[in-house]
Amino acid sequence: MTSYLRPTALSDALSALAEGGRTIVAGGTDFYPARVGRPLDENILDVTAIEGLRAIENKDDHYLIGATATWTDLIRADLPDWFRAMKLAAREVGGVQIQNAGTIVGNVCNASPAADGAPGLFALDASVRLASVSGERDLPIADFILGNRQTARKADEMVIGLRIPKCGNNAKGAFLKLGARKYLVISIVMVSAILEKGMDGNVDRCRIAVGSCSAVASRLLSLEADLTGKPADATLVDIVTADHLATLSPIGDVRGSADYRRDAALTLVRRALAELTE
Amino acid sequence: MSISFNLNGKSAVTDAEPVSRLSHVLREDLGYTGTKVGCDAGDCGACTVLLDGEQVCSCLVPLAQVAGRDVTTVEGLAGEDGRLTELQQAFHEYGAAQCGICTPGMLMAAADLFKHNETPTDDQILDALGGVLCRCTGYRNIVDAVKHVVQPNGVTFENPEVGDAMGARALKTDGLEKVDGTEMYGADQAPADALWARAVRSPHANATFTLGDFQPLYDKWPGLERVLTAADVPGLNGYGVYPDVKDQPAFADGQVRFKGENVVALIGDYDSVYGIRDEDVPIHYEKRDDIYGFDAALAEDAHRIHDNHPGNIMAEGFVKKGDAAAAMKTADVVIEDYYQTGFVEHGYIEPEAGWARRVGDRLEITVSTQAPYMDRDEIANIMGLPKDAIRVIPTACGGGFGGKLDLGVHPVIGLAAWVLNKPVRCTWNRIESMSASTKRHPSRITARYGCTKDGDLVAYEVDGDFDTGAYVSWGLTVKDRVPVHATGPYFVPHVEARARGIFTNGTPAGAFRGFGIPQAAIAHDNLMDRMAEAIGMDPLEFRLRNAIRKGQETATGQLLEYSAGLDQCLEALRDPWRKARAEAEKFNAETNGVKRRGVGVGCMWYGCGNTSLSNPSTMQIGVAADGKVTLYSGAQDIGQGTNTTMVQVVADALGIRMDEVNLVWGDTDLTADAGKSSASRQAYVSGRAAMEAGEDLRGQILRMANAGHDATFDFGDGKLTVTDGDAVRVIDLAKLPADKHGGNVLLGEATFDPPATPLDEMGQGNPYGTYGFGAQVAEVEVDTELGTVKVLHVWAAHDVGAAINPAQVEGQIHGGVAQGLGLALMEEYIPGRTNNLHDYLMPTFGDVPPIDVFLIEDPEPTGPYGAKGIGEPALIPTPPAIFGAIYHATGVHMKQAPATPDRVRAALLAHKGE
Repeated sequence: MTSYLRPTALSDALSALAEGGRTIVAGGTDFYPARVGRPLDENILDVTAIEGLRAIENKDDHYLIGATATWTDLIRADLPDWFRAMKLAAREVGGVQIQNAGTIVGNVCNASPAADGAPGLFALDASVRLASVSGERDLPIADFILGNRQTARKADEMVIGLRIPKCGNNAKGAFLKLGARKYLVISIVMVSAILEKGMDGNVDRCRIAVGSCSAVASRLLSLEADLTGKPADATLVDIVTADHLATLSPIGDVRGSADYRRDAALTLVRRALAELTE
Repeated sequence: MSISFNLNGKSAVTDAEPVSRLSHVLREDLGYTGTKVGCDAGDCGACTVLLDGEQVCSCLVPLAQVAGRDVTTVEGLAGEDGRLTELQQAFHEYGAAQCGICTPGMLMAAADLFKHNETPTDDQILDALGGVLCRCTGYRNIVDAVKHVVQPNGVTFENPEVGDAMGARALKTDGLEKVDGTEMYGADQAPADALWARAVRSPHANATFTLGDFQPLYDKWPGLERVLTAADVPGLNGYGVYPDVKDQPAFADGQVRFKGENVVALIGDYDSVYGIRDEDVPIHYEKRDDIYGFDAALAEDAHRIHDNHPGNIMAEGFVKKGDAAAAMKTADVVIEDYYQTGFVEHGYIEPEAGWARRVGDRLEITVSTQAPYMDRDEIANIMGLPKDAIRVIPTACGGGFGGKLDLGVHPVIGLAAWVLNKPVRCTWNRIESMSASTKRHPSRITARYGCTKDGDLVAYEVDGDFDTGAYVSWGLTVKDRVPVHATGPYFVPHVEARARGIFTNGTPAGAFRGFGIPQAAIAHDNLMDRMAEAIGMDPLEFRLRNAIRKGQETATGQLLEYSAGLDQCLEALRDPWRKARAEAEKFNAETNGVKRRGVGVGCMWYGCGNTSLSNPSTMQIGVAADGKVTLYSGAQDIGQGTNTTMVQVVADALGIRMDEVNLVWGDTDLTADAGKSSASRQAYVSGRAAMEAGEDLRGQILRMANAGHDATFDFGDGKLTVTDGDAVRVIDLAKLPADKHGGNVLLGEATFDPPATPLDEMGQGNPYGTYGFGAQVAEVEVDTELGTVKVLHVWAAHDVGAAINPAQVEGQIHGGVAQGLGLALMEEYIPGRTNNLHDYLMPTFGDVPPIDVFLIEDPEPTGPYGAKGIGEPALIPTPPAIFGAIYHATGVHMKQAPATPDRVRAALLAHKGE
């Protein structure tokens, strides 16, 4: 007989994890699909009843997305405009059924190269808040997701939230997802971009992340640097070259060839910038 | 620890494990089988329920999470008095449910929508329902049903009166069950005490194996009752759809030929059978090199997949008319090219399922199938039992499309129930269903078409290879059908057509809506476009000029005497074609963007019934002593609607209302053999038998009453009143001996076998009694930077002889277009790699465009009231129409299906570089 724990107190959850040997389940939208035709014989820690973890909170200099906040919670939350990229991503996660159950944190912890939430969180400079009986620690998301299905979470830790530093009030976000059908599609390429325009009309700050083109979503730092200080208008698009995407390492798979991914990523980056400078 | 929650307003309590999927608990512990399971992975949405009023996939919800909450399933939609909601009624009336397996999920998603938004826009409807897949309807009627609830359009649906059934948009006779959650599919009706069976499948595509000692498994798992292996098969350990080809073992015997092949089966209680991991079952494999693809299979040093097939060549089909090589030299224009397609998955939302029990010396198999009688014969072979010792009771079929023509769960549950003398059930999961069921044959086709500068076709030469995978399945039909139809629906004086079936270690390729013709159509219609362009003729007019017509001979020398309406289809499409072409060209001229629009046309023909073979259907209609009229129909309804169309035909033939006809369907003990629901033959072949059976019964009654042809019948209270003008005669039914089939006092019966002749060694003969014809126009928008193709609109014109039920014909066309769109743009099954519904992509709500249907009725005299088939024809012209549209938009010819974004983009870049 396996054990299924569904505590209401975080401390109970962390104690259980400290004892080891538990699989964490929240929305179940990645847990069950990985076990089709296989026995459900693991010891489970269900985190969905833990009090206080479902909120999306406005803190002083950041927002905190709780571990059990769902994609639908995000879509319905009253958030500043620059969250638009994440909201657009949320609407493209599976069907509404998945959005209603799946959590943003779960998407991060599952660490799929095609995680819909990852590019947006990378572009927002999110950090991941982990907790264990020994205490809490924050890791930048890029240090948390280590590779395909690999994270820096230790077996006795759970992610309790995502910390999103606030952007300037005039920051705008874009999200583009390329797939071979309209709904329920795993992306071939995704791009999320956040752009802040200064008083002078130039790019004050720009962050662009590409998903599905490397084991972990990847920021285009050289492009971000080249765009900063340039007029935030339609001419931005012309600055983007294929070289800016050289850090990507796409693979070829059933969804598309590596060359195609690189080519499509360039197009999507340009389109995201065009959208942000309209 | 028990868990309680509120289920459809009532308290539900269960002791199931907290980690159990809610869907499983609802169905197996609480008996709420209205919630369907299609994938267990959140990919199909069939299991959608409301949790505290919000839609979720119940296959992804741990039972523990619903404790104390509200769960609503499809059973909870209707009022306590059984009154359907407006939404359910609209689904029924709009034909939003065909097979019905996705319907509960659709209804729950729509219910969720209306909780949040009473006046949704079209886009909001799509977004809300976008998480549910449907493989039958093409989604359009579902959208219309939901829109009707938002704003009723005033149309009311009434079933036809006496004499008006033929051609009526009658509602499905089994439609209400599909919208209230009571329809019973393969996984829905096993007795509570049934044991479970689970196949242990080969992880290798090519290997020999030995079995170890199972005793440790029995010791560890007391609930494991039996491990069945090839050694347990009492009869022939082989099956296949042809009488003389039984090459696929029910249980692999020392050798496996494809990934997913059934090696042994575990029989026992659920927890044991599903608790045992495959790696703990002692099967020791010796892996060999896999053979995937044509080149590997045909390589000189390739090992033989089957010892009796040197070179891995299964068989070759051939048709020769005239002298194509000589004639080609006289053509003004000759275009030659090479085309490829991949494996395609049927993608029915209901995985294979059923249960079996032994009843004395007989074996009963209750199963989701397209072919009850063929199943009966196959099981008899495997069991070494006489055919009449087997009873097949088909359940409602949650989609087939050819994939449920071959055996699925049958051998395992049949053998287990027989050996253990206990009821045994089996439900394949999605991965099993995709890896073990048949696929559409991958193809590579080299074709050359020639025409004169005036636009007359001169000759066609085509040579195609078709990958039949590890076993024959329906491969012989494909190699026969392709050469017969290879030219497309055009008159061609000189033809040489060849098709070979090739064995590989791929998943067995079998029957899939069109039997190779969709693949062949991509080739012929691309060449048609290019010949038209070469001589400066409009692509549609070029097809119309060459459309085969009555009085002309096909490539096999069959003279078409009746019902050849391709010319009428193309004429019906001419206006939308011209308008859409002009608008697309205007759009491209006025915009300078990356989006390019184009419009293409595709044509098809398709022989209804089995190729050059006898394929009779028998129908019986009884009248009981109490006046009850019963149609005994073996024409299995797989969602296409034979449970309705057969009743329509019989109602008119007999001269009564549809609702006076009771229906007994499918059961091989109760109905006569009406063949398989395949080859677009049921409306045509079984329909004709039904009509003649009705006429037979009517004739008997008229003779008994000595009444004239216009007499009317009133069956009631054991008295059959026959009114002929002023004369009224009463037949006392109760006084007649109840010695007819089904205990009836009267019985009408008829058998129809379509006229067909064998093909000679040159492929000449009359392979079919009739052909369906059709043409479609597709409008697309190509994003030239990304290579994505969005289909904006489809216009579909099909000659169906006569539409028995126009609503159902339209439904078939919508679904065919959707599957054709999938084949053209996104669907490619890769064995062992895309065996789930998130890596294998089928069209969703947002992918299928509005479809305008034009029904052409050029009557077929051998069909029932002129009708012929539409099931397969609907899919065939869609891919070439879409490919033609891509060419019109971009100047690029796509020659490989699916035209995925990366392939389209690569073709665009190559074209730019030219």
